[in-house]
Amino acid sequence: MARKVTTRQAAVSTVGAWVVGFIIFFPILWMILTSFKTELDAFATPPKFLFFHWTMENYGIVQERSDYFLHAMNSIITAVGSTLIAMLIAIPAAWSMAFAPSKRTKDILLWMLSTKMMPPVGVLVPIYLIYRDSQLLDTRVGLIIVLGLGNLPIVVWMLFTYFKEIPKDILEAARMDGASIGKELIYVLTPMAVPGIASTLLLNIILAWNEAFWTLNLTTSAAAPLTTFIASYSSPEGLFWAKLSAASTMAIAPILILGWFSQKQLVRGLTFGAVK
Amino acid sequence: MATQQTRTLGRVLIAPAVGLLFVWMIVPLAMTIYFSTRNYNLLEPGQDTFAGWDNFYYFLTDPSFIASLENTLVLVGSVLVITIVLGVLVALLMNLPIWGRNFVRLMVIAPFFVMPTVSALVWKNLLMHPVSGLFAWIMTSVGLQPIDWFANYPMLAVILIVAWQWLPFATLILLTALQSLDEEQKEAAEMDGAGAVSTFFYITLPHLARPITVVILIETIFLLTVFAEIFVTTGGGPGLQTTNIAFLIYSEALIQYDVGGASAGGLVAVVIANILAFFLVRIVGRNLEA
Repeated sequence: MARKVTTRQAAVSTVGAWVVGFIIFFPILWMILTSFKTELDAFATPPKFLFFHWTMENYGIVQERSDYFLHAMNSIITAVGSTLIAMLIAIPAAWSMAFAPSKRTKDILLWMLSTKMMPPVGVLVPIYLIYRDSQLLDTRVGLIIVLGLGNLPIVVWMLFTYFKEIPKDILEAARMDGASIGKELIYVLTPMAVPGIASTLLLNIILAWNEAFWTLNLTTSAAAPLTTFIASYSSPEGLFWAKLSAASTMAIAPILILGWFSQKQLVRGLTFGAVK
Repeated sequence: MATQQTRTLGRVLIAPAVGLLFVWMIVPLAMTIYFSTRNYNLLEPGQDTFAGWDNFYYFLTDPSFIASLENTLVLVGSVLVITIVLGVLVALLMNLPIWGRNFVRLMVIAPFFVMPTVSALVWKNLLMHPVSGLFAWIMTSVGLQPIDWFANYPMLAVILIVAWQWLPFATLILLTALQSLDEEQKEAAEMDGAGAVSTFFYITLPHLARPITVVILIETIFLLTVFAEIFVTTGGGPGLQTTNIAFLIYSEALIQYDVGGASAGGLVAVVIANILAFFLVRIVGRNLEA
C-alpha cells in the first residue's frame, strides 16, 4: 500500500524538484539561448535572457568558416563504426559466455573489465608512436580502432548481462518442438536479444561520441570529430561565445536526444549490471 | 550439460574478443615498459640509450609529480564528495511524489550526455567569465565582487565543471537504488515512531551503501583520467595548479616529446589505477554471484 500523500506535500516536492532540475539543466539551456544571440548580445551585461534579437546566423557562420559537417561526419562515422565493430566481436563472445558458461567464464569477464581500468594515458606514448609510424594519426580508421577496442570490454559486459537474463528453458522448449539450431536462433533467441543489443549499441555510441582523450590526442583536423573541433574554440583569440554556443549545441543535440531515449538502460549499463 | 562440441564452439566464439583485448592491452603496455627504461626523446633523434631506473627516479622525485598527484587526489576526492552528497539529496527529492517526474529526470540527467570539451568551454566562458559571465553578473547584482575563477581558484573551477558532469550519474544510480527500497520497511519504522531523520540514517542510508560504493569506484576510474576539461580550460596552469597525473604525462609525451619519462609516468599511473581496480573488480565480482 502506498502511503497517502497530501496535495500540499506533492506541491512542495514538485516545486523543489523542478527548481533543482532547472538549475542542473541551466548551463545547457543558457548555451542554447546564447547560440541564438548576436555576439554583442552574448557578451551583454546585464545578460539578456529572452528579450534579445533572435538570430540563426551563428549556425550558418559555424558551417561556413569551419566546415562543421566534416567534423559531424567524423563523429558519426567513428562513433557508429567503432561501436559496430565492437558489437561484431562482442556478440559471439557474450553469447557463448551467457549460454555455454565454462569454469573460466567469470575470470574472463573480470579480466576484460580490468583492462578498462588501465588509464589510457599509460599507453599514450606507444599508441601515438605506432600511429605515427603507420600513418594512422588523424585518420578515421585509426580512431575507430582505438575507440572500438577501448569500449569492447564494456560492450561484452553489457551484452552479457542482457543475454544472461534470457531464460534458457525456452531454448529447451523450442528444441523439444523440433526446432533446428538455425530456426532457434532466428525465431526464438534473436527477438529476445534485440532489446539488449539495441541499448548496448545506443549507450556505446554515446560513449564513443563523447570520448575526449584519444580524439584530442590522435586527431587534429582531417579526422577530427566534434570533441576536437569544439576544443579549437578554447584559444583565447577565439572568444566568439555565440558561435561557440551554436557549434556546441549542434555537437550535443543528437547525443542528448539519443541519451534521453537510453536513460533507462544507462544505470545497468554503466555499472556493469551491479545496479539495476 | 555442455557437450564437447558446444564447449569448443564457445571457445571459438570468445577467441576474437579475448585475443584482440589481449593484444590491445599487452603490446602497448610492453612498449611502455620498454620505453620507460630508455633515454629517448623525439626531439633528439639518434639518441636512444639504456636508462635503467633513471626515468622513474626523475619522474617520482620531480616536484611536478608530487604536485600533480596532490591535484589528482583533490580533484577525485572533491568531485566524489560533491556528487555523492548532492546525488543523495537530489535522488531523495526526486523519489518524492512529484508532478512531471519524467521531465525533471530528463533535465537532471542531461549534463551526463554533454561532451567534456563542450561543458568545459561553456562553463569557462558563458558562466565563469570574470566580466561577462553569468556568475559575475549574479555576484555583482547582490553587491559582491565577481570571482575570477580561472585566475584565483582554477582547481575549484575544474572541480565544479567535472562535478556538474558526474552529478547526473550519481543521482541516477542512487535514485534507481532508492526505488528498489521496500516502502513497507520505511512504513514500519515510521509506525514505530522513527522520525524522517532516523529513518534516513537507519534505513535509507544503509540501503544506499552498496550503490554508493559502486558510484565511488566507477567515478574514480573516470576521474583519475580527467583530461579534456583541463586541456581546454587551463592547460594545467596557472603554473601546475590544475595539472593532474594524466595531464602531466600528456605534456611530457606530446609537448616535451620525452618518450622515456612519459612512459615511466604512464606506468606509475597504471599502478595507481590497478590498486583501485583491484577493489572494484572484487566488489563487482561479488555481485556477479548474486
